[in-house]
Amino acid sequence: MGWLALALSLLSVWPAQAQTPQDPRKSGFAYMGRDTQAMQQDDLANPAMLTVLEGEALWTTPTGKAGKSCASCHGEARESMKGVAARYPSLDEASGKPIDLSGRIAQCRETRMEAAPLVREGRDMLALSAFVGLQSRGMPVAPPQDERLRPFREEGARLYTARMGQLNFTCAQCHDANAGQKLGAAPIPQAHPNAYPIYRLEWQSTGSLQRRLRNCMVGTRAEPFSYGSAEFIALELFLMERAKGMTIETPGVRP
Amino acid sequence: MLRGIALALSLIFADAAHAQDLRPYKIENGAINLSLTGKPGDPARGRQIVLERQKGICLLCHSGPFPEERFQGDLAPSLAGVGSRMNAGEIRLRMVDGTKVNPDTIMPPYYRIEGLNRVAPNFRGKPLLNADEIEDVIAFLLTLREDGATGQSK
Repeated sequence: MGWLALALSLLSVWPAQAQTPQDPRKSGFAYMGRDTQAMQQDDLANPAMLTVLEGEALWTTPTGKAGKSCASCHGEARESMKGVAARYPSLDEASGKPIDLSGRIAQCRETRMEAAPLVREGRDMLALSAFVGLQSRGMPVAPPQDERLRPFREEGARLYTARMGQLNFTCAQCHDANAGQKLGAAPIPQAHPNAYPIYRLEWQSTGSLQRRLRNCMVGTRAEPFSYGSAEFIALELFLMERAKGMTIETPGVRP
Repeated sequence: MLRGIALALSLIFADAAHAQDLRPYKIENGAINLSLTGKPGDPARGRQIVLERQKGICLLCHSGPFPEERFQGDLAPSLAGVGSRMNAGEIRLRMVDGTKVNPDTIMPPYYRIEGLNRVAPNFRGKPLLNADEIEDVIAFLLTLREDGATGQSK
């Protein structure tokens, strides 16, 4: 309960705009070795850029019964998708519930393009979300301040501070109280969502924030939430609010 | 179908058997003074458990006097000298269920199966270590003394 109160009180004091030098928040980038940082910073060396390129190709490829591509409606992603990933998850007006970027892409494909649904964590979904994510690179995380999102964000805060698994850890115990300390060989980062999808060296592939969250849950010997579950979307809402104003790095590279 | 039911039942009973495996213990003055097995553990086996990354998982968070071990964590106090700082009963309580000492502790409860959340199916109903293993680890930790012992059992 103490953790929850602390987490919620921190939410209200975090700045709305870009980070100041006094801001104690650090991207996972700051905890990486120089080689890994250099890999992320060079688009020719960053393996996630291959995923982005696949997404760029998909963007203009018509598919589904409607015979449309993403570009048929949204045009140049460079213009239309600028800043979009920075404000997801956002409220889905139709359902009154939050929807994450992958959920929105899936919804668009099914309803507007009448195409077969994309599998979460599948190659095409990661490609499109990485391509859309890139259009927000360098922009501040800007979660929508919609009152209707509040209960979901609070649920995310609750999950962040809830003990889970045989090891009985909370997210906050490692990523707030012990960030920067070493868990075995690895420094514990502050768990910010500002670089996803990422290429993770440990995976040897590109993956989503939810895949990363599942890794942590498996590590605590908990039963991980499902991809696209309400729990993960709530957690993502909370994490984006917690990272408000931090710079989007998508597509990131992480160890 | 029948085979499926039999398998499901056997899994349920296997879990129940695990649950019954937990020995009763009594907390007195911040300690569990009596051995969970009624006898002292084996420090050599305890050392193995502490160092094994998938078994004890201790070195993920703790460091200790194990110069040969790479990648020791630093979120928790060093195990060096723990045998001088605490007696067996105090170590036992902290291992069995550290939340009894500090409700906010990050130390996993090594001998508790109740009151946990979303435990993965393959770990459900099982403590992190069994009673013998707990006693082995305690016996080993007691050898880590501030007077310079290296954790090698003598």
